[in-house]
Amino acid sequence: MQLATKDLLRLATIGSVDDGKSTLIGRILVDTRQLFDDQLDAVAEASEKRGVGDLDLSFVTDGLRAEREQGITIDVAYRYATSPTRKFIIADCPGHVQYTGNMATGASTADLALVVLDVASGLKEQTRRHLCIAALLGVRSIIVAVNKMDAVDWSKLAFDRVVDEIQALARDLDFTSVSIIPVSALLGDNVVESSVHFPWYEGPTVLEALESSEAGAWEHTTTRGARLPIQWVLRQSGGGRTYAGMVNGDTFHVGDRVTLLPANIETTITAMNFGGEAISQATVGLAADVALADETNAGRGDLIATAPLPSVVNELKTTICWFGEKPLVIGQRLKMKHTSKVTPVRVKLINGVIDIEKLDIDESTSLNTNDIGLATLQTADLLVVDDYRANRVTGSFVLIDEATNATVAAGMVGHASFL
Amino acid sequence: MTTTPLRTSTTTDHLDLLESHAIFILREVVAECERPVLLFSGGKDSAVLLHLAVKAFAPQQLPFPVMHIDTGQNFPEVIEFRDAMVERVGARLVVAKVQDTIDQGKVQDPGAMGSRNRLQTVTLLDAINDNNFDAAFGGARRDEDKARAKERILSFRDTFGQWDPRKQRPELWQIYQGKVNPGESVRAFPLSDWTELDVWQYIQREQMALPEIYFAHERDVVMRDGMYLAIGPFVEARESETVEHLSVRFRTVGDANCTGAVKSRAATLEAIIDEVALANVSERGATRADDKFSETAMEDRKREGYF
Repeated sequence: MQLATKDLLRLATIGSVDDGKSTLIGRILVDTRQLFDDQLDAVAEASEKRGVGDLDLSFVTDGLRAEREQGITIDVAYRYATSPTRKFIIADCPGHVQYTGNMATGASTADLALVVLDVASGLKEQTRRHLCIAALLGVRSIIVAVNKMDAVDWSKLAFDRVVDEIQALARDLDFTSVSIIPVSALLGDNVVESSVHFPWYEGPTVLEALESSEAGAWEHTTTRGARLPIQWVLRQSGGGRTYAGMVNGDTFHVGDRVTLLPANIETTITAMNFGGEAISQATVGLAADVALADETNAGRGDLIATAPLPSVVNELKTTICWFGEKPLVIGQRLKMKHTSKVTPVRVKLINGVIDIEKLDIDESTSLNTNDIGLATLQTADLLVVDDYRANRVTGSFVLIDEATNATVAAGMVGHASFL
Repeated sequence: MTTTPLRTSTTTDHLDLLESHAIFILREVVAECERPVLLFSGGKDSAVLLHLAVKAFAPQQLPFPVMHIDTGQNFPEVIEFRDAMVERVGARLVVAKVQDTIDQGKVQDPGAMGSRNRLQTVTLLDAINDNNFDAAFGGARRDEDKARAKERILSFRDTFGQWDPRKQRPELWQIYQGKVNPGESVRAFPLSDWTELDVWQYIQREQMALPEIYFAHERDVVMRDGMYLAIGPFVEARESETVEHLSVRFRTVGDANCTGAVKSRAATLEAIIDEVALANVSERGATRADDKFSETAMEDRKREGYF
């Protein structure tokens, strides 16, 4: 079974509030005829009711009452589109700083970020924050739509000025693929259809760039070791147990020598199943279950791995995006969910907060709402981790408020190289 | 406005990804929550969900019961299918009846022909409370509606079952955390990222059974509020309406008196997939009176505790 497929691209829109993210997504969906007639009629009706013209494209994704009343995006909208070559899962993220946690939600599963910015104002702090979060989350490809070109009379000069700024930041943040495209989401220039207004631009439209992007699930093939965090133990009909979970990192094969962690027991995979049917190999992304040669008391929260093995730790250096309403402080107790394991943690140290403008680390002993910082955490139970840049699954976690059970932080094991 | 939609895709590799993702979610919620339940209406989406649940826990029995919120205004073919499926997978079926909620005086009886659609939220919330369920799997998809498009895969609900779209938990990567305090619950939607076309392609690939009313058949219908409603125990032709005998099928299955049929000759899965790929009207727009009350009908119902 082959799960890595070029035929699906997950993307997230990022950028500051009012630069036109939702309008751009609305434009893409309308111009590629993804919308049904009744959905288009409903957008037209809502636009008229609120006196915002014939067709406010942002209403295609801004579906909540409060969003339409306030003219902003509050939470991520997921939209689905298909071109002859590819399917797209689009997360249209909010731009407002207050909703950074929602933006991170949308970007955390993205292969590619579609950055939208207003040509007149260039890179705002919030755009830099989003790009920084996207880079930390491991997004390596970006398409930058330099929007509202109609408002600057399609000026090459205005575009070039922004391009320099973007390229400098993209270098700092280690993006590997960067396309910068002048567009007018409002009028549709260079979104799906190319435009007569840019005789000086020879690159792709936004849709063409999305269709040809090399970012995607198939890109995540690595040689960094296969991992199976155990979610659930299944009792087999003939006796014996199999361990169910989603494969990541690399492929498992029947006969592989594996190590059960944190117990550190070496054993062999004797059989594997998917949905009750025997399989001989399990690729990344497959929700498989595996049988082991040796008797172990493996259970939920344990991990089956091939070499190179992950680390077993009870203290780890992390990068934290803090969403809690009150500051995160040294000594604070929280719960952590890492793969299928939940464990109490304590903040041992806060090693600094990221200065979004300079991409430097400033000294700090706490993290405020929507700060990104570095923290050392102590865990009650042993954790089996990889560095986030080696493995997005075993390198990521969330922090949970013990009283309310709310998710208050996104965390990554290790520090990004640009920090 | 007439355009040719561009919704066809040549490959179906992505179905493997969607399938494994859904199985992962099913296992994760079962592991994290004390008393999960799977909401099963007998419709195509919940049929896919049940099929995936069987795969997730094979060869064992399902580690949770399935529950039908029965408005009493069902298509008989769907109830037959419900019972056959439940028996085939050996699940325990909990039926929560809107009629009981009416008999207890908790809601007003809308009359034999009146819609019970909105009332089922009360029945659902009562059933969740009475059974101490802390997680309910549903077959909802984000492509169905603009409010659903905003909802997390694990949708947190307070002690009144309400969804607050302004206070959703961040849901990063594939870390689904369903911890709740007593009385609170989560709704889990493993099919969130599936589209209508994905569901049909998957049904075809897995050779799944479905209620017959999904396939083209001839029946008496009346046109009401822009939809064809099937004449039957819950729908009578009004004086101004003309009964037509047409070849129709249902794109969604809900209550008999608020689910519209579409004119169709698609009698096979292949024909349905072709039809869905070329449709000009959305699934719910074509067939669901319950979404036509207002601009934010789905959001409003979800805030009250709907699926």
